[in-house]
Amino acid sequence: MHIVVCVKQVPDSAQIRVHPVTNTIMRQGVPTIINPYDLFALEEALRLRDKFGGEVTVLTMGPPMAEDSLRKAMTFGADRAVLLTDRFFAGSDTLATSFALAEALKKIGTDFGEPSIVFTGKQTIDGDTAQVGPGIAKRLKLNQLTYVAKISDLDPDRETITVERRAEGGIQVLETRLPVLVTMLEGSNEIRRGSLEDALRAAKADVVKWSAADAGIEDLTKCGLRGSPTIVKKIFSPDPRSEKAHPIDTTDLSMDDIAQALMDELFQRQPELEGEFLRFAATQFGQEVGHG
Amino acid sequence: MAEAPKAKPAAGRAGTKKELPDHFKAYKHVWVAIECEHGAVHPVSFELLCEGRKLADKRGVELAGVVMGGSEDAIAEAVAQTFEYGADVVYTVVDPVLTHYRNEPYTKAMTDLVNTYQPEILLLGATNLGRDLAGSVATTLLTGLTADCTELAIDDEGSLAATRPTFGGSLLCTIFTLNYRPQMATVRPRVMSMPERQEGKRGKVISHPLGMGEDDVVTKVLQFVADRETDKAQLPYADIVVAGGLGLRSAENFQLVKNLAAVLGAEYGGSRPLVQKGWISADRQIGQTGKTIRPKLYIAAGISGAIQHRVGVEGADLIVAINTDANAPIMDFANLAIIADAVQVLPALTEAFRKHLSVNRMAG
Repeated sequence: MHIVVCVKQVPDSAQIRVHPVTNTIMRQGVPTIINPYDLFALEEALRLRDKFGGEVTVLTMGPPMAEDSLRKAMTFGADRAVLLTDRFFAGSDTLATSFALAEALKKIGTDFGEPSIVFTGKQTIDGDTAQVGPGIAKRLKLNQLTYVAKISDLDPDRETITVERRAEGGIQVLETRLPVLVTMLEGSNEIRRGSLEDALRAAKADVVKWSAADAGIEDLTKCGLRGSPTIVKKIFSPDPRSEKAHPIDTTDLSMDDIAQALMDELFQRQPELEGEFLRFAATQFGQEVGHG
Repeated sequence: MAEAPKAKPAAGRAGTKKELPDHFKAYKHVWVAIECEHGAVHPVSFELLCEGRKLADKRGVELAGVVMGGSEDAIAEAVAQTFEYGADVVYTVVDPVLTHYRNEPYTKAMTDLVNTYQPEILLLGATNLGRDLAGSVATTLLTGLTADCTELAIDDEGSLAATRPTFGGSLLCTIFTLNYRPQMATVRPRVMSMPERQEGKRGKVISHPLGMGEDDVVTKVLQFVADRETDKAQLPYADIVVAGGLGLRSAENFQLVKNLAAVLGAEYGGSRPLVQKGWISADRQIGQTGKTIRPKLYIAAGISGAIQHRVGVEGADLIVAINTDANAPIMDFANLAIIADAVQVLPALTEAFRKHLSVNRMAG
């Protein structure tokens, strides 16, 4: 079984700067990591491979330095890494990103075997959109399973998969046919510590590097800024409110007095809060009595 | 595809002057996808109707709700509520295949409706269902989608200006879809306010067939296991919320937050670093990547207030910050501040409330 995990290299800190002219993000100098949500997808893929055999390929689109994240993924045990990198991809929004990744996945299928499962994390920590996974699924006509908390059954012979999906207000148990796209929920597993052999292998391995042309992309108008229907017109810091928080004077007050002062101030500003608290206190009182 | 693209990547502000092609100019009206599963409408849909109403009025067009479900009976209440919360028109797609949410048939229903009736704006809740559906619909239609918006507006040229936090919530950006339609956006629950309900208001219902049978749908719902009410963190809709941050210094001290919450009948939560440290579960995270809240009272103990947190709590009526740092960013959006150590203030505050409430309860 061939499993592909799409990962993204993301900035590790909030110290992001914006280019004053192009309004694009300046990533230089900011430490990077594998998007933490993607590690749940990677671990799930490795577990399935360990159980059923086969290979795990990690795929990312990004600048040349995104190779670091791919090597890191290999230290956890991924068998192969593909880096999709080309200046034509710069400025891609979710639609252009899902296009490029879908094209690369087609090429991966041709070169290394059709994947039965394509994994992504549920979202990234820098874009937070959760839209690229569904975009890939739609483009490749993969059955889509998002927010998967658990893969409860996989039958490679019957080509079926059963998962528990986090829905609003409950868990949906879904069964569908392979090939599928799965976005894994956080907390569904814990990324393994890579073995020494994997670390050595990762250090020496050749990362497959594809340009747009290498990936078989002919229509460059679907890539990057040009292929992105959304346009970022403005990036800005939010305005501070005109007035700062009103500090409660704590000079020479004991903690108890400070607490009293805050409570008084709260009830003065929002008198209905007191009634609300009292009603709640009454229900608690009722329960105490009820429980004897 | 026939045209050989110039061998030069787009750079700078390329594309910001995009024109709307003629075939999209007929696209008109603002739509809201009404999320209704298991008989009840998700409140985020009403919040979107409130926001959609403003956009539609600014554009001088109609506001429509889209209701999909398994039977006329199942959606009757949702259709009525969609009118009462502001829609002029309701589009319905009713088919047993739509009884439970599944990506395939819901994507088909929505994209068919869009292609047939051509809205200029389509809004969805940024719930698990809305995000699952929005990405598929936008990709099928090859249009732009801006996720998790915190502000929607119409600019001078009549385009949707969708503002959202970006890069972990450290900055805000305003995003446009200028040369595709519909302009799609998702908004998280509790980011927008609830509209007034106009009892008995009704309007035109337009039904559209699904055009797909159960045999055409590959994915099957085997079971739905509802969450037990008691296990769920009800943060987004709680009236009182107490939350802690790294200023609490240890996982043990987080108990102080829970103690105060217990006395006030409040929900409790925390900032993102607390989830990363494993002090609280992910469903109790408050902020852009966690839950957005709109309580009457929000007490933030030892939370510095990064923008990612700020956008999750700005809708609160009254924000109290307890922090040793008088210059922490939270002071820019809190209403009241106690400049002191939260680890000391919380127990004192818990005790003060406990005494006050028990005395007044007896008196009452």
